Amino acid sequence: MLCKCEKEDQNQAADSPDLSMLDEVLDEYRSQAGSLVTVLQKAQDLYGYLPLTILRHIAEEMNIKPAQVYGVATFYTQFRLTPVGKYIIHLCQGTACHVNSSEPIETALIQELKIKPGETTPDKLFTLTNVACLGCCSLAPVMMINGQAYGPLNPNKAVSIVKDFYAGEQQASEGGENA
Amino acid sequence: MKIRIGLGSCGIAAGALKVMEVLKTELDSHNLKLEIQQTGCIGMCHNEPLLDIIEDNGQTFTYGKITEKIIIAIIKQHVLEGKLVEKHLVNSCANPNDFLAEQVRVALRNCGIIDPEQIGHYIDRGGYEALKKAITMSSEGIIEEIKTSGLRGRGGAGFPTWFKWNATRNNPGEIKHIVCNADEGDPGAFMDRSVLESDPHSVLEGMAIAGYAIGAAEGIIYCRAEYPLAIRRLEIAIKQAKEKGLLGSNILGSPFAFDIRIKQGAGAFVCGEETALIASLEGERGMPRLKPPFPAQSGYWGEPTNINNVETFANVPWIIAEGGKAFAAMGSQTSKGTKVFALAGKINRGGLVEVPMGLSLKDVIYKIGGGIKENRNFKAVQLGGPSGGCIPAALLDTPVEYESITATGAIMGSGGMVVMDETTCMVDVARFFLDFTQKESCGKCVQCRIGTKRMLEILERICNGEGQPGDIELLHEIALKVGEGSLCGLGQSAPNPVLTTIRYFQEEYEAHINEKKCPAMQCKALITYRIDPDKCKSCSICAKKCPVNCIKGEKKKPYVIDQNECIKCGNCMEVCPTKFNAVIVE
Repeated sequence: MLCKCEKEDQNQAADSPDLSMLDEVLDEYRSQAGSLVTVLQKAQDLYGYLPLTILRHIAEEMNIKPAQVYGVATFYTQFRLTPVGKYIIHLCQGTACHVNSSEPIETALIQELKIKPGETTPDKLFTLTNVACLGCCSLAPVMMINGQAYGPLNPNKAVSIVKDFYAGEQQASEGGENA
Repeated sequence: MKIRIGLGSCGIAAGALKVMEVLKTELDSHNLKLEIQQTGCIGMCHNEPLLDIIEDNGQTFTYGKITEKIIIAIIKQHVLEGKLVEKHLVNSCANPNDFLAEQVRVALRNCGIIDPEQIGHYIDRGGYEALKKAITMSSEGIIEEIKTSGLRGRGGAGFPTWFKWNATRNNPGEIKHIVCNADEGDPGAFMDRSVLESDPHSVLEGMAIAGYAIGAAEGIIYCRAEYPLAIRRLEIAIKQAKEKGLLGSNILGSPFAFDIRIKQGAGAFVCGEETALIASLEGERGMPRLKPPFPAQSGYWGEPTNINNVETFANVPWIIAEGGKAFAAMGSQTSKGTKVFALAGKINRGGLVEVPMGLSLKDVIYKIGGGIKENRNFKAVQLGGPSGGCIPAALLDTPVEYESITATGAIMGSGGMVVMDETTCMVDVARFFLDFTQKESCGKCVQCRIGTKRMLEILERICNGEGQPGDIELLHEIALKVGEGSLCGLGQSAPNPVLTTIRYFQEEYEAHINEKKCPAMQCKALITYRIDPDKCKSCSICAKKCPVNCIKGEKKKPYVIDQNECIKCGNCMEVCPTKFNAVIVE
């Protein structure tokens, strides 16, 4: 029987990231005990997510059991095991946002993008994720797209912001074709 | 004259960087050479973006909710003609506004005043004087001073700081560690972020003093990765402090050596718990373990470790410089000094406030916070995040101090204070927090892992109008078991939001269960939005503004909401012109 990570690995067989990109990070942290979380963070910065080949590579290089690496990578919400879209929408689920009606915003975005939180649109443009709190409580309800916060929102505003991004992308690609 | 702009995360989110840009262009176009200084957050988040004009005589005038137009007006009127732009003035030093006037700033003493990226600004305001004084003192003397101050941990539990320091110092071990817990995970709390972004040196100085008192040579700041600006400013601050000989070896020419590094958390609420935090620092899954041994006995790599919260450390330099007695003179009998709160929710003036302990909740919410938005009625205030509880209107005179807050069933917590009004459903709030703790439970203790899940299921069915008689009793029973059977604070306190809402708002639970009604009109399954055909004038505004396009109609015929598609956001009700008021919720 295959373990869970092996199974997922089969699905990602086509994915073969360049392992050498990680050499520098591994050289710096290999000998430092307790640096697995940091190495995973740096790897995610480099690859955008943590493919299983990378996790296995880190396990081998750092002499840690693959199960332990997988365990740490799946424990923390920061780590993603699947690729993300060009724009990551962080929808704040903090208390202040919740009492200021963030839920209908989530529903509206789900309907607009036709994906659930945690998923990426088929065109790889948007990833929708829920976050516990962005800490901009006085702007509640808030979402953050690629580091830029938007608030205070209502379902309409949120949808139109996403539409603006989409329009911008289309314009860019059309512009590219014309050129 | 110089101009100061608040560039904390919330200021930036409100558009402060754009303000900075416009300001520069405007000054250039008038050929004005004025110094522009960046600063952190003064706490008036409700007025962001903020801009201060500091006159040569030191007088400061603060303008709020700055837009391009306002900048042009300020430059024309205030800078060039010396006349105040009254309409947009939110504070002046001669006449402080209610939000600031009631506050006493110790931990936030430099926030919103200095440039956090310039160590010189911190030093000019007396920074690192406490460290200078500390290294001439004995470590017992420092711990004694902290004991006199009565400082208790500001992260939530309120454990006496001196006791932890003393225990770590006295426990055997060559190597000892100082850890700053900056893993602020409570949804609705942003005190630590603001201190780190606005005054990072106060935390570094506090850690160095603790290091000296305990005999540690290294400090680690465990900071959430979600706080990139705080991390960047900490990195700059550490570098500058090292260059000035305030960190590193031979600090201020003495034999004392102390270094600080940052470790980024990776997003796990449970890592705010000390033993889980240590596991995470060691590169493991952040799961708590049984105490004792306490971290002071066996912490990071099994060595004595002292962990304090950001705000606790930020208080330390002030205490050493001004004396423990001065700190103890503020506050109440058992809770000394001041406490920072992040005021948010349905409040007029949300932001960061620091008040002497013992002030009543009412004063914080009404005098400082300016009361409830849109003149609605106050319903409850949530303290302590997912580990805390909801305090009702009847208990608004409760003073903010550890024991009194705990007596209500809530906890002081790290300082998140979320205000709720009559439109907030308390069952939904309990469900919201349980959803959070259930997701964040690390899974080690059965009661926490399964108990929170079962409680969440019950709350979900109540909110969905499928509540059953006996659900309240069942929730109560599971809540007590989860609290008793969990190893760490997360599980022990997870039932608090449920227990307090049942205690103070049981009738709301009963309305959901027995009458299938949500009195606050919040629970989606229990409400419908409908257009009154007699009142609808077919203006089509609601249809145009519906985010999911589920309102259909044509000229001269009343519009209709498709109930299958409706997401119940209430947008149509909001946009329907008040002269028609055709949208009804029931």
